[in-house]
Amino acid sequence: MAVESINIHPLDKHLRVDRIPTLYCPGCGIGITLGAMLRALDKRINEGLIDPNKIVWVGGIGCSARTVFYVRYDAAHVLHGRAIAFATGVVLANPELLVIVVGGDGDIAGIGGNHFIHAARRNIDIIVVMITNFVYAMTGGQVAPTTPRGVKTTTTPMGNPEPPLNAIKLVLALNANYAARASVTTPHYIENFFYKALGIKGFRFIEVISTCPEIYGRHIGLRDPVEMYNELKKRVKYKPKPSIEDADIDWEKGIIIGEFLERNNPSYLELLRGVYGK
Amino acid sequence: MRKTFASGNIAVAEGAITAGLKFYAGYPITPSSEIMEYLAEKLPKLNGIVVQMEDEIASINAAIGASWAGAKSMTATSGPGFSLMAEAIGLAVITETPVVIVDVMRAGPSTGVPTKTSQSDVLQARWLAHGDYIVPCYAPWSVQEAYDLVIKAFNTAELLRTPVIVLSDAVIAHLWEPLTMYDQGEVEIINRKIPKGTEITLPYKPDPDLIPPMPIFGKGFKTIVESLTHDERGYYAPHESAYRALITRLNLKILKRLDYIFDYETYNCTSECDYMLLSYGSTARVTYIAMLELRRRGYNICMLRLKTLWPIDREKLVNSCKARRIVVVENNIGKIYMDIDRVFKDREVYSAPILSLEPPSLREVLEVISIWL
Repeated sequence: MAVESINIHPLDKHLRVDRIPTLYCPGCGIGITLGAMLRALDKRINEGLIDPNKIVWVGGIGCSARTVFYVRYDAAHVLHGRAIAFATGVVLANPELLVIVVGGDGDIAGIGGNHFIHAARRNIDIIVVMITNFVYAMTGGQVAPTTPRGVKTTTTPMGNPEPPLNAIKLVLALNANYAARASVTTPHYIENFFYKALGIKGFRFIEVISTCPEIYGRHIGLRDPVEMYNELKKRVKYKPKPSIEDADIDWEKGIIIGEFLERNNPSYLELLRGVYGK
Repeated sequence: MRKTFASGNIAVAEGAITAGLKFYAGYPITPSSEIMEYLAEKLPKLNGIVVQMEDEIASINAAIGASWAGAKSMTATSGPGFSLMAEAIGLAVITETPVVIVDVMRAGPSTGVPTKTSQSDVLQARWLAHGDYIVPCYAPWSVQEAYDLVIKAFNTAELLRTPVIVLSDAVIAHLWEPLTMYDQGEVEIINRKIPKGTEITLPYKPDPDLIPPMPIFGKGFKTIVESLTHDERGYYAPHESAYRALITRLNLKILKRLDYIFDYETYNCTSECDYMLLSYGSTARVTYIAMLELRRRGYNICMLRLKTLWPIDREKLVNSCKARRIVVVENNIGKIYMDIDRVFKDREVYSAPILSLEPPSLREVLEVISIWL
C-alpha cells in the first residue's frame, strides 16, 4: 500500500507545510504566537462557528507579517503598513469574511499607525494581532516606535532618545471592542484571547510581547534565546482586569498582560447597516 | 438608454456604476471630490459601499482589498493624492488586481493650484510606481467620453487583471454637457475570470491569454495575494528566472491586447495633409477649434486625438495620418510630445506646450501652433 503524506502535527492542516521551515530565527516568538492562534482558530472551526473558506489573513511587511503566507487560507502579503487598509476593503466588500491582520510593531504602529488609529475608531470588523519585538528586525535592528528609551539600536547608536508608543493605551482611547496583551512566554493567553476575539464583532486588538534574541536581544545584551525567553518570562505578569496605567511597558518594573478592554459597541458593519437602512 | 445633463465628475461616477462598481474608497481632494459625494448618495442604494478613508494611501489599498473580496472597486483623486497612491498601484500591478484609479488633474507640483486645470500628470500616470510595468491610461475630452472611458477602464481592468488609470482634469470635471447613459445590455460589461473548483495550487499560472483566473477570497481557493516577486504558486521567488518570467508576463499580457486598449480619433485627415495637430483630454477641445480655424485660413491641416495615452500602439499611430509635420498641443511642459517624437521618427514633430490654468483660449493655441507653421 502506498504511503501517502503523514500529518505529523495536529495544526498541519492549517499550514502550507511545503513552505516550512519558516524564515524565523532560533528563539523567535512568532512561531509560538502563530501556533497559539491556530489552536484557537481550530477550536472555533471545530465548534462550527467559523467556515474555514471564509477566513482571510492579511499581513504587511516584516517578520510577523510573513505568518500570513505560511497559513493554508486565503491570504494577502501586501504593502508595509497597509495591511489594515487592505483588510478594511476586504471586509467591507464582503462582510461574510473573517479578516485577521498580523503584523509587527513597526508595520502596525509605525508606518501603519494612521490606519491602525482609524480602523479602531471606526470599529472595523477585523482582528489585529501585533507582535511586539521592540525593534525593526527584518531590516537589521533599527529603532522602532515601541523601542524603550535609552536602547542602542543601529539607528540610535547613542541610545534611543524617544519615548515609546503604547499601542494598548492608544486603542483604549478609541472605539475598539477588544484589547488584550499576551506574551510568547504565556502562549495559553495568546490562545485564550485570540479565541475570545474570534467570537466578538468590531475592532479587536491583541498585542503579543515577543522575543527577538537575534536582533533585539543583541541590542540589550540578551543574545541567547533561552536567556531572553527567561528574562521576559520573569517580567511578564498576568492581571485580571488591568487598568490603563497597567498598560505601561517597563522592562524593570515588569509587563502586565491581560484583557484591557472588552465591550460591545456597534461595529462598523452594524453602523453602516444602520445608516444604509438594511 | 437615458439622456441627462451632467458634469464630468458625475459622468465618471455614473460610468463606474454602469460598469458594476460595488466599492469606492476615497479621500476628499479638489477637483475630484464630487465623484465621492455623488457615489456616497447613490451607490449604497445599489448595494455598494462608499467609505471615506483616512488618506489616499488607505483609499487605494482598501480598493485593492475590496477587489480581492470580489467587488469592482475604484478610487478617485487629484495630483497630491495620486502621488500618495504610487506604491499601491505597484501592488495592484504585481498582484494583478483589477482596480480603477481616476486622477482629476490640477496644477502642480505640490499643492499647486487646487482649483485650476492642468495636464501635467500624464507621465506620472505612466511611471507613478517603482518597477517595470504598463498601466493602461485613458484621457476623456468630454462628459460623454468620461462616462464611456470609465466603463472601458473597468472592462480593461477586469479583462487584463490590472489597475487602470483615467486621467480627467479640472475642466472636464466641472464641465456640464449632455450625457447618454446605457442601461443593462446596451454596453459590453466585462467581468474577471474566476477559477473553477476549490483549492488551487498554482494561483498565478496564466491561461494562454497570459492572464490567470482571479481566485477571489471566500471561495475556498486558498489564495496568496503576494506583493513579493513570486512564482506560479504565489511563493516568494527571489531568483532571476522567476523574476523575468513574472515581469515579462505582466507586461506582455497588456501589450497583447493593445488592439483593445489603444484608441484615438482623427478629424479631417486625408492623404494630402501637410500638418497634423495632436492633442488629448480637455486641451483637444480648443485644439480642434484651432484646426478648423487654420483650415479656414487655407492650411491643409488635420487633427488626431489620443483617447489612450498609454500604452501607445506605434504602428497604428504611424499609419494614422501621412502628414509630414506634427504639432503636439498639450497643457504642460510638453510631455506626450516626447513619445510622439519617438513614434514618428521620420517626420517633423513639434512641441506646442501651453501652461494654462484655464482652458487655453483659441488665441493662445493658435499662437503656439503658428510658431511651427
